[in-house]
Amino acid sequence: MNRRDFLRASIGGAAAALASSGASARPNLTPAPEAIGMLFDSTLCVGCKACVSACKAVNGLPPTLLGDDVQYDSARDLSHETYNVIKVYTNGKPVAKDSETDGFAFEKRSCMHCVDPGCVSVCPVTALLRHPLTGIVTYDKDACIGCRTCMTGCPYNVPQFDYDNPWGMLHKCQMCNQKGVERIDKGGMTGCAEACPTGATLFGSRTALLEEAKRRMQLRPGEIYNYPRGDVRQPSSHHEKAVPHYQHHVWGEKEAGGTNVMHISSIPFDKLGMPPLGERSHVSISEGVQHTLYSYMALPAVVLGGLTWLVKRNTDDEGDDV
Amino acid sequence: MSHYQPLGRRVVTLPFVFLGVIALIGLYFLAERFINGMGAVTNLNGGFPWGIWVVYDIVVGTALACGGYALAVTVYVFNKGKYHPLIRPALLASLLGYGLGGVGAIIDMGRWWQFYNLFLPWQMNFNSVMLEVGLCVSAYIVVLMIEFLPTVLEKFKAEALLKKLNKVLFVVIALGVLLPTMHQSSLGTMLIAMGWKVHPLWQTLHLQPLLAVLTAFTMGFSIVVFEGSLSSVGFRRKPETHLLSGLGRIIVGLIAVYLAIRFGEILVRGKLGLVFAGDLASLMFLIETALFVYPLVVLMSPRGRGNARSLLFAAVSMLLAGTLYRFNAFLITLDPGPGYSYFPALPEIMVTVGLVAIEIMVFLFVVKTFPVMPREDHAAAPNA
Repeated sequence: MNRRDFLRASIGGAAAALASSGASARPNLTPAPEAIGMLFDSTLCVGCKACVSACKAVNGLPPTLLGDDVQYDSARDLSHETYNVIKVYTNGKPVAKDSETDGFAFEKRSCMHCVDPGCVSVCPVTALLRHPLTGIVTYDKDACIGCRTCMTGCPYNVPQFDYDNPWGMLHKCQMCNQKGVERIDKGGMTGCAEACPTGATLFGSRTALLEEAKRRMQLRPGEIYNYPRGDVRQPSSHHEKAVPHYQHHVWGEKEAGGTNVMHISSIPFDKLGMPPLGERSHVSISEGVQHTLYSYMALPAVVLGGLTWLVKRNTDDEGDDV
Repeated sequence: MSHYQPLGRRVVTLPFVFLGVIALIGLYFLAERFINGMGAVTNLNGGFPWGIWVVYDIVVGTALACGGYALAVTVYVFNKGKYHPLIRPALLASLLGYGLGGVGAIIDMGRWWQFYNLFLPWQMNFNSVMLEVGLCVSAYIVVLMIEFLPTVLEKFKAEALLKKLNKVLFVVIALGVLLPTMHQSSLGTMLIAMGWKVHPLWQTLHLQPLLAVLTAFTMGFSIVVFEGSLSSVGFRRKPETHLLSGLGRIIVGLIAVYLAIRFGEILVRGKLGLVFAGDLASLMFLIETALFVYPLVVLMSPRGRGNARSLLFAAVSMLLAGTLYRFNAFLITLDPGPGYSYFPALPEIMVTVGLVAIEIMVFLFVVKTFPVMPREDHAAAPNA
């Protein structure tokens, strides 16, 4: 093989590998076998933010204050001191709850615990992990180098870095199961679900929650339904309420491979600030490209071999130094 | 006798002192970053975790430092020995540029004291593109140091060592071609995982690595032309136009391939409408494209390539094009959703400017005291 052949072959090889990576890319990951999660029903949320303060109590986070108002936690969005926040949607004269026009609605923001988590895929040092059984996405500050690639890879902007602390770390919801809290391991539920007075945040297995969400969508609007509170598998209590006009869409059933924290609502999710996601997770594509180019380091090894031979030949030709 | 010689001029000049002042300002804010946290000097936030320290110092900076890579491919892979005189200044600039990237990575690392986790096999996540970039850039900095070592050995007349090194250097040179190909393409792959936040005109999915490596390569050649032209003006040396114009021809080919793929993707995926949408993204795309097309047109004609001035302008345009391509994709048109915006803070800019000033100071010092620049008789011979 002469130099020209090698060059042609290696360029062709790299191009073919790239082109075929579309086909050989891995599919989305599937839900963990005993995935646990939460279901947020926006139509049940009254905006009391009991979940926000419960979250802060469980996770040892300070309240976020605006000015001199110390009556209320004023967190506007996720931050290094807020892992869970309630936001409000308003349109026109906000008079009717859960109405898209001239109405208002509440929406929860917290880690969605993706089935195919972007943060886990992109983290160079395995500081973020999807638990093999529960699917909870956890963070290990002792592994983290603070490169914040997880923040770029998260479709929901969930991980938050503490920029004002020279020894800062990443912050995100770990479903109240991090070391020292371990509510789930001890058979409990998340702080936010436990505190929610209306069952808007419901805890449980992903399967049971998805069933519950789909059941609600089958109900006729106006019909009375007995809504559970706490853990969907063994509710602490129920309350009766008329069924609203649900959007026939469980956010998190399929988006980018799905999430363990799912949302339902009577207002389209793009209006509630959910990102424009397809069913395919972007990290399944990037991992496909990466593993095609670097599978067993075969392609780099072959190219390096060829390059070494070429360079040796060409430097011998000249008897030259660098 | 070596083909290279130190310029042997005074190191401490007025521009050098001026750069020193800028460097000190940068270092002051850098100290503040380590004492009070990144928030004290940057405008980073939850939606924009990467600012200019990543996008300029690493993503753009290492691409601007691809001169050594581009020339190594030309000289050692395509066996164009006549470009050999250009290689040492290019390697020096690459070493400094990648050094800046390495320093940039550390100062931008929120938990920098744990950086070694990147090198612990049991911590590595082999799905992570960032891991590939981190390891590969680190390895390439070492490779560049070894590639530059002959210059240092020559200076200190360590001839025995130099001879030994030259015997094994071919392996290092080969690595010096492979490694940038790997991590420069990965810088593109990184955009795939950023998904919907990347504007559709820049979210080319599978083509990201190819476009990234093509532009890095073109920027590498352009920086060689730029430095060559500038040092002939700045140091009043005979211009190396006959060598640089040959690189101009390579640049034309690379830009043509790049533009064909770029526009092909836009047409096939039906995104042409976005080009003329009249918003910020479409404006940035048009400016970026114009900056790519200008050097293509100028360098296509032998007259344009033969003229030192137009060569310099074309090279600058290409450097801006590649820089803007990366800035557009990673920052300017990036949209992480409502509630987030980013423009670098003044101290944040000063840190980057200060680091670049240090880079230039070291470059000036080294070319004046080490045998880096080609002897002038090279420039005289049209077909050396």
